[in-house]
Amino acid sequence: MSGFAQNTFNGLVSGAFYALLALGLAVIFGMLRVVNFAHGAFYMLGAFGAYVLLTEAGVPFWAALVIMPVGLGLLGMALERAVIHRLTRLDPLYNFLLTFGLTLILQDLVKLRYGVQSSPYATPSLLSGTVNFGLFDFPTYRVFILGFALLLCVAVWWVLTRTRIGMVVRAATERPDLTRAFGIDVGRWVTPVFGFGIGLAGLAGVLAAPMRAVNPLMGADLIIVVFAVVVIGGLGSIFGSVAAGFGIGLVQAWGEAYLSNFPIVSQTIVFIVMAVVLLWRPAGLFGREEAPA
Amino acid sequence: MDGVSMRRTVGVAAASAAVVLVAGCGGGGPQSGGDQKLTGDKIVLGVLNDQSGAYSELSGKNSVTAVEMAIADFTAKYGDKAVTKDITVETADHQNKPDVANSKAQEMYDRKGVDLILDVPTSSAALKVADVAKEKKKLYFNIGAATTDLTGKSCNKYTFHYAYDTYMLANGTGKTTTEQIGKNWYILYPNYAFGQDMEKSFSTAITAAGGKVVGKDGAPFPNTSGDFSTFLLKAPTLTPKPDVLGTMQAGAELVNVVKQYNEFKLRDKGVGLAVGLMFLTDIHSLTPAALAGTTYTDAWYWNFDAKNREFADRFQQKAGTRPTFAHAANYSAALQYLEAVQAAGTDDADAVVKGLEGKTVEDVFLRNGKIRAEDHRVVHDAYLAQVKPQSEVTEPWDYVKVLKTIPAADWRSARLPLTASCERVTL
Repeated sequence: MSGFAQNTFNGLVSGAFYALLALGLAVIFGMLRVVNFAHGAFYMLGAFGAYVLLTEAGVPFWAALVIMPVGLGLLGMALERAVIHRLTRLDPLYNFLLTFGLTLILQDLVKLRYGVQSSPYATPSLLSGTVNFGLFDFPTYRVFILGFALLLCVAVWWVLTRTRIGMVVRAATERPDLTRAFGIDVGRWVTPVFGFGIGLAGLAGVLAAPMRAVNPLMGADLIIVVFAVVVIGGLGSIFGSVAAGFGIGLVQAWGEAYLSNFPIVSQTIVFIVMAVVLLWRPAGLFGREEAPA
Repeated sequence: MDGVSMRRTVGVAAASAAVVLVAGCGGGGPQSGGDQKLTGDKIVLGVLNDQSGAYSELSGKNSVTAVEMAIADFTAKYGDKAVTKDITVETADHQNKPDVANSKAQEMYDRKGVDLILDVPTSSAALKVADVAKEKKKLYFNIGAATTDLTGKSCNKYTFHYAYDTYMLANGTGKTTTEQIGKNWYILYPNYAFGQDMEKSFSTAITAAGGKVVGKDGAPFPNTSGDFSTFLLKAPTLTPKPDVLGTMQAGAELVNVVKQYNEFKLRDKGVGLAVGLMFLTDIHSLTPAALAGTTYTDAWYWNFDAKNREFADRFQQKAGTRPTFAHAANYSAALQYLEAVQAAGTDDADAVVKGLEGKTVEDVFLRNGKIRAEDHRVVHDAYLAQVKPQSEVTEPWDYVKVLKTIPAADWRSARLPLTASCERVTL
């Protein structure tokens, strides 16, 4: 029983990263119709930024947790203004290629300066112990990540459903043309939303630094699974991406724990789930079928 | 660009293309000359390795630096008596891909006039290059790869395995840790060729040393979630409780395992850590604090004695960092090849092989070294190393203490049980 609870907990922690990344991808896709391949690179920049801030300027984890998302969010906004919005009218493939190229450039720039070897980043001392919930000991840092990510998802959900900005974003995400017809300036919100999505990726990166290998390719490894998560949740569905993020984290953890005799299954389980979901609901679990044109 | 300089640039480009073409044609010519001592009147060493990916720091460009040091030392030693002063280095990036390694190796031997290919990390790529060496009848000293197939299934007259293999790691870390630290093991390995190979070698060595593998798991490879907590949580719950967690992960995955090992405080729960394959650069990136007390087998350590340290100091002046064992091995391999050519008076591959086989060698990397004639494994002393606690680290990069020298005799006499018999002799 305690084994099951531990695996579940760890699955949720992995899921928290997927959820934060998928959430950013989903709002960006919804608003801009851009499949942002560079999302993983920004996650990496978040982690690397935290490392550089700590080693070269002595900035602690907590400050990095604010500085990196804001800084990367602004960088994302500049990027959207400078290049991405020029391509949004063309086939989505153009922006896909652009962001793919951007990923390679960002990765190689970091490689050039810091090499491929993973960089060290210690867990902040405040969170380095363990917490006991009766059944077993949890690393405090993992409890923090899970709580923080959940809080953030709830906050995003609150903004999206309870505020005017949220209403505009949701409307523009789901029916951009109709929203425009109501006289709302959708274009005004495109840049901040892109920046917000990037900021979330950066935040996930900072959170990952103490528990994952910080190296230029850390995002490239993760982003494929995150794409699967977004597809499973339903492209552009905000709730779907979060739910699928946590769900996939759980499925992976349980798969590793209980299907370890079938390594082929436990290694590919995310994509098996994706295939099954697509067969059953082609638009994803929470996606809406496109209205026939 | 204005018209004139444009025209000039084009002209220069055309001229240099012509030069290259002529040189290229010329290069093929003299090989047939029977009385020629050296093909093309010079020696070309080829360093083929990972120059941008996961292994680029433990070998990469710094391996080239090490080879250049060997050339300089050789030239200084023999001066005018050297078989030639024209020794150059060619390098290429194989990106850890077998097909790229294959075509780059062919290009090196055929078009760049390379006499010897060095390094080649990543087992799958290393084996491809062994096939090319066999086909082209040119020399190949592998340093960076771990697979025992280089001296087993894929062995051939022209391939030598210079620095380490899974068998050495297992008999070093597996056997010695079992004897000195703890008998019960839990093994975690990446579920692909290298990891499975390592797990088998370790299990065999542990059992032979009187230890017991109480549990083992193959983690997904590549582990896209980066999470190993399922396995790490399982370890202390096994009965009997393992004394040692043996991780066979490498590179970034090793970093993940160690970070999470510390997160779950397994050392406090009485489970020590042993690492299958680790390089100095891994310890540097994880910090000694995260690894304190971890044991592993090192093929060479820069601060082991004065001789190594002297080499490491010279290396640092050129490369800006301390050498890994792979760098030292590249230096040694290049040097021993040049010595063999000097002794034979020719770079003819068959003559050089003849001189190398069975030779005993003593240099900065090879201690009690012997180039085994029967399968071309170069055996030498290895070291069981333990990472120091942070408080004992007094200078940068001096992260480990050597617990024990593992004499070559301890692991060279026994043939790896998994290895198919080497059919090189029938060539």
